Amino acid sequence: MKALLAQIRVELALALRKGETLLLTIGIPVMFLCFFSAVSVVHSPTPKRVDFLFPGILALSVMSTAMVSLSISTGFERGYGVLVRLYATPLGRGRLLAAKVVTIAVVELLQVGVLGLTAVLLGYHLPHGTSPSNLLVVAALVILATLGFAGIGLITAGRLKPEVNLAAANGLYLVLLLISGMVIPLSSLGSFASVSRLLPSTALAEGLHSVMSFGTPVGASTWIVLIVWGIVAPGLASRLFLFE
Amino acid sequence: MTTKATTPPEGAAIVASDLVVTFGDTMAVNKVSLSVEPGEVVALLGPNGAGKTSTLRCLEGYLSPTSGFVRVLGLDPVAEHRAVVEKMGCMLQGGGIYPSMRVRETLNLFAAYYPNPRDPGELSTLLGLSHLAKTTWRRLSGGEQQRLSLALALIGRPSVLFLDEPTAGVDPEGRLVIRDVVASLKDEGAAIVLTSHELSEVDAVADRLVFLAQGAVLASGTRASLTASLESGSTFESRPGLDLEALSLALESQVSESRPGHYALTGSLSGGEIEKLVTALATQGGTLEAFAASSGLEDLYHALYANHPAEERVPSSRRRRR
Repeated sequence: MKALLAQIRVELALALRKGETLLLTIGIPVMFLCFFSAVSVVHSPTPKRVDFLFPGILALSVMSTAMVSLSISTGFERGYGVLVRLYATPLGRGRLLAAKVVTIAVVELLQVGVLGLTAVLLGYHLPHGTSPSNLLVVAALVILATLGFAGIGLITAGRLKPEVNLAAANGLYLVLLLISGMVIPLSSLGSFASVSRLLPSTALAEGLHSVMSFGTPVGASTWIVLIVWGIVAPGLASRLFLFE
Repeated sequence: MTTKATTPPEGAAIVASDLVVTFGDTMAVNKVSLSVEPGEVVALLGPNGAGKTSTLRCLEGYLSPTSGFVRVLGLDPVAEHRAVVEKMGCMLQGGGIYPSMRVRETLNLFAAYYPNPRDPGELSTLLGLSHLAKTTWRRLSGGEQQRLSLALALIGRPSVLFLDEPTAGVDPEGRLVIRDVVASLKDEGAAIVLTSHELSEVDAVADRLVFLAQGAVLASGTRASLTASLESGSTFESRPGLDLEALSLALESQVSESRPGHYALTGSLSGGEIEKLVTALATQGGTLEAFAASSGLEDLYHALYANHPAEERVPSSRRRRR
């Protein structure tokens, strides 16, 4: 437990010490939320833009932490030989992975707090009739998506050179931001929307929109997509990840 | 000078027997056998690509042998890795530290991994890192990074220690510190295997030497036993391709060219004789660029590797471990 706690402390310190990580995980989502709430750039399916944007930006934040940030940091740790060095200590893969999971969870909680406060200040309200059980649904969606995103991030981190992975992770972030219905509604994507619905980012955004924007149940297809990604991506990562 | 086929002795802390490691078609380690007793320092020597690091990586548990047998403290370092690492200290080439972590922070983190660690403060003082406590890894000099790497290898009170090029890039003061630390660990009973190109450092700390070439053991034994057959001598550098016969005649000593521009001669030269060497070189259009009285070990090294040119290294992409 001493080793795990020390590793969590260091992972958190390293994550929060890096300005670029904070910008990616908190700064950009907050800026997007404020900007797109104030300016009518895209059509919003809800009367108040923030009611649609907040769940989508929350999905973006989860993706930025669980996929992009994890992938970039792990890629560089691999490149610097940190993972190889840790292999020669009693820390073990399990505790290293647990420390990374806890770090992601803490950063996500921080994101929810900051984004939630910003959204409320911008006039966001949960849909009428939202019950506490809906919050559990939100938590389940986020956990499943986090697993899927982390798996994708670790696959690229464990296979590509750190600099290439940095570019790939940021590129993927931008593409998924545009095609996953996070900020731009899926209805604007035309026939491409059906392909997009197979992505974990789209499933998360749709699920969060259902609960937090429209007060409707999450569709079965959304759950299936997230569950499949949540199982397959980490499984592939564990098979494909190279420590050096 | 003899090659050694080791029968694992009773009580050896580290044993490798007929160790073979291949990467595709390349044989990186070819039937290497060695054993290290508690309180003994064994140095693996050889040019780049000779198989030193691959051998070390097998002993550390990073690589599974293609065939052969490895035991560290009686355990298989791959299959029983978790049990081995609690008693093992590793100093890798290239650090492997989070670049933005501070020295003291790194020591505290690694101390937390072990059940009975050394005090990070005491280790900082021992390795001359106290004044760098708040400096990040990326801001340390090469020598300071090596000292921190060594500190991390020592923090778990290891019974076996693997040091890959411990003094590479370290200043003379730092080398003395590392030399003292290795000597004190040896006195405490740790079994130590190191690789190095710094023959003077190896000479100062190693009890036994294992020379590798093309992945195989070329010679092994104590320094005294290996150099007994060599006469004392000197080395010098000048332009390549000097007329060795004329030089030998002028100096009344046998001169040989171990590598292009690197020469060895038997016997030691007095001040007047060095002048004679300078004159003899001048007659052939050469100048004396470096001169050293032989350490014995250096002669041995050059004698052993005279017929083994620089070896092909295994590309890192083929050495990757999942």
